Amino acid sequence: MSTTTTSHHDAHGHDDHGHPTGLMRWVKSTNHKDIGTMYLWFSFTMFLFAGALAMLIRLELFQPGLQFVRPEVFNQLTTLHGLIMIFGAIMPAFVGFANWQVPLMIGAPDMAFPRLNNMSFWLLIPAAILLLASFFVPGGAAAGGWTMYPPLSVQGGMSIDMSIFALHILGVSSIVGSINIITTIFNMRAPGMTLMKMPMFVWTWLITAYLLIAAMPVLAGALTMLITDRHFGTHFFNAAGGGDPVLFQHVFWFFGHPEVYIMILPAFGILSTIIPTFARKPLFGYASMVYATAAIAVLSFVVWAHHMFTTGMPVAGQLFFMYSTMLISVPTGVKVFNWLATMWKGSMTFETPMLFAVAVVFLFTIGGFSGLVCAILPVDIQLQDTYYVVAHFHYVLFSGAAMSIMGGVYYWIPKWTGHMYDETLGKWHFWLTTIAFNVTFFPMHFTGLAGMPRRIPDYSQQFAEFNMISSLGAFALGLSQLLFLYVVIKCIRGGAKATNQVWEGAHGLEWTVPSPAPFHTFETPPLVK
Amino acid sequence: MNKKAIFFISMMLLMATGNAQAAYELNLHAPVTEIARQIYDLHMLIVYVCLGILVIVFGVMFYSIYAHRKSVGHQAAQFHEHHVLEIIWTIIPAVILIAMAVPATKTILAMKDTTAADMTVKVIGHQWKWEYDYVDQNVHFISNLSTTQDQIDGKSEKGENYLLEVDNPMVVPVGKKIRVLLTAEDVIHSWSVPSFGVKQDAIPGFIKETWFRADKEGTYRGQCSELCGKAHGFMPIVVEAVSDEKYAAWIEAKNAEAAKGDAGADKEWTKEDLVANGKTVYEKNCAVCHQANGAGLPPAFPAMTGSKIALGAIWGADGKYAKDSHVDRLLNGKGVMPAWKAQLNDVEIASVITYERQALGNAATVDPIVQPAQIKAAR
Ligand SMILES: [Cu+2]
Repeated sequence: MSTTTTSHHDAHGHDDHGHPTGLMRWVKSTNHKDIGTMYLWFSFTMFLFAGALAMLIRLELFQPGLQFVRPEVFNQLTTLHGLIMIFGAIMPAFVGFANWQVPLMIGAPDMAFPRLNNMSFWLLIPAAILLLASFFVPGGAAAGGWTMYPPLSVQGGMSIDMSIFALHILGVSSIVGSINIITTIFNMRAPGMTLMKMPMFVWTWLITAYLLIAAMPVLAGALTMLITDRHFGTHFFNAAGGGDPVLFQHVFWFFGHPEVYIMILPAFGILSTIIPTFARKPLFGYASMVYATAAIAVLSFVVWAHHMFTTGMPVAGQLFFMYSTMLISVPTGVKVFNWLATMWKGSMTFETPMLFAVAVVFLFTIGGFSGLVCAILPVDIQLQDTYYVVAHFHYVLFSGAAMSIMGGVYYWIPKWTGHMYDETLGKWHFWLTTIAFNVTFFPMHFTGLAGMPRRIPDYSQQFAEFNMISSLGAFALGLSQLLFLYVVIKCIRGGAKATNQVWEGAHGLEWTVPSPAPFHTFETPPLVK
Repeated sequence: MNKKAIFFISMMLLMATGNAQAAYELNLHAPVTEIARQIYDLHMLIVYVCLGILVIVFGVMFYSIYAHRKSVGHQAAQFHEHHVLEIIWTIIPAVILIAMAVPATKTILAMKDTTAADMTVKVIGHQWKWEYDYVDQNVHFISNLSTTQDQIDGKSEKGENYLLEVDNPMVVPVGKKIRVLLTAEDVIHSWSVPSFGVKQDAIPGFIKETWFRADKEGTYRGQCSELCGKAHGFMPIVVEAVSDEKYAAWIEAKNAEAAKGDAGADKEWTKEDLVANGKTVYEKNCAVCHQANGAGLPPAFPAMTGSKIALGAIWGADGKYAKDSHVDRLLNGKGVMPAWKAQLNDVEIASVITYERQALGNAATVDPIVQPAQIKAAR
């Protein structure tokens, strides 16, 4: 399949134009497709590992009382489940999509900085090792929650330092990756592809990349202050030395809220790609989608303190953050309406990617509504730090981000492997995941309303029934993902030959190249009319 | 639809198996303060509005899925914008949001108004218990989880208020505006009583305030609501709202109890009595970290058994306790170990020190026991 080379692209010089094989193909890869593949496998591995941690959490919560893990270990499980899912599973998955799809969608031969691209992937490995190894150091893994609030996180052992260091490395990787994506999008689009002709997925990633560049250094700052408080006697977060523990929360959530959108905007991009394909109709309101995405990104920087309504801010601050948070539902609503209008009067079929996309629109909206409920400050006082919040962010992050990723994998995997996946098994995976997800997380709305705090290893008996249902759902949800693994491997190994176009309603440059996409594509830039 | 069916079937099954002695709690606690009532109504309002929107919007989607399928021969239209529609669906949500923001704002302003309180209680969060200080009434006590470890470990039947019960509840008069001042000693905790619509973080080094006025006598329960370490799930809050008479009687009883504690400090105690009393104190306050058998959880929480501090000398040549001695550590703490000076009385500190020196596999020969009077003098 390898294409022989003539250098059309002297803007950057990568010199591995053949088709390297063996281990070195991956270690030294500067090819956006190989790096994208590595990102996706890395993400999937972390997804299964952090999912296994969640299974242990649900095992302990299956019934009241302590049965399987001690409370200190329980806190390590919740902390690492959160950290690994966010930084190890969801974010790298989207970077994997960006690597594979952005050059293909804009008609570029590769990413703008291929070697940097290699580096940003390989940085993930030491970070992952630090996180996983932290389970085995004295005192066990970090146990102060993924948010790492001081003073609790100042108390922890060396695993906290390992986690901080891991996050620093991941931050560097994200920033470098974002610079690469932005440069690629601005400089390497095919002639004729103006910004307002770019595919929606590329737009959402462009905006996400800016969010990453703005937000990750803020996290790095908060973590660095934390580590100097821990080891070098500073008092940024220690009131006894003139600091303020709440300062950490402000800085952390100044990163943390844009981070939420870093994890959802590319998912919006995937939905905006899948839905028009299977509705056989152009995306409704392209321009308003772009503006809505930009508006969400900007607003995401002025809502951070809605995570801190119970800290006791002055009333002016509370009102400001409540209003700004409520405002975000306007552009988010615009997106949902646009997807529905895209489906309206289409000619729809429901292959697995479309099933995922429709389910995401519906379930993400439920997560959006529970988010609005939490935005109303007086109500949030009752819900803060309860299972309602756990339900809310899993509706946004699992049925929003993770299920979009799954839909995206089914959508593009024929292009990546050259084979169609097994549609029957794909649909099984979809239904099992969707049903199990709701069985797991819907009851948490009720336990949360009734006041069950999150991050507790044991609970009073009034919560027993719903917790048992959640646990059963979680085990089914976890097992269903092994089916996903099987479908993906089966598709790589073989299956019906995929056409260039793959989907009847698919439009865009990536569908003009053969399936599987050759090692080098668009060495001569295509012309976009 | 499928998922709902499964959800309800599994619910029915569980109820049928008789596992349902507790009701399915589906909503916020029944409110007993004006603020909690406003929150309850606000929440119901938003839920109904959201449900309405959900039904309308997704009614359209599911109709479209039903009618606009390729398999029923529907041809795709090719429109891709409609400015009027786009403006409408931007403005309508904005109007709905404003309608929600108005009552919410009113409630926030009321929540923040801590003026004209009838009394003030200072609440201090500790790893992992709550301390209550009635400054004007001179009442001061620690409130610990009273559920036994055996219940948690499944070795005995779980009680009705499993994990939601304490040895010393906070008692307040019904119908009075209680101002609560919150702080914490070690890490951030959060004091929460859902029936009152109150949740306020307790932040070390800062004093935050909130308030409530219970309308109805009763016992109201909540839990620490900010992750505060390993026993975060085991530091409940129990507030009893009682009549004025009962409240006055309670204050009197608390004062008498304190006087009795002070009296005990002056008598000479036997080793056996100290060890027996110390066991109770240890299990209530120390076992959570140093473990009931004294093995600790190194490296964070050192073992008691064989501990240099628990076996070493206490008193210096000048008759005062030495630095880093057993008494020093109990009174003043160090690092993660809290200072117990303000939390335990002389008898309790002397008993627990003696217990740690003479039980848990230890048999100290240097300074084998400590008398309450010695602690009283050492403070
Ligand atoms: Cu606490």
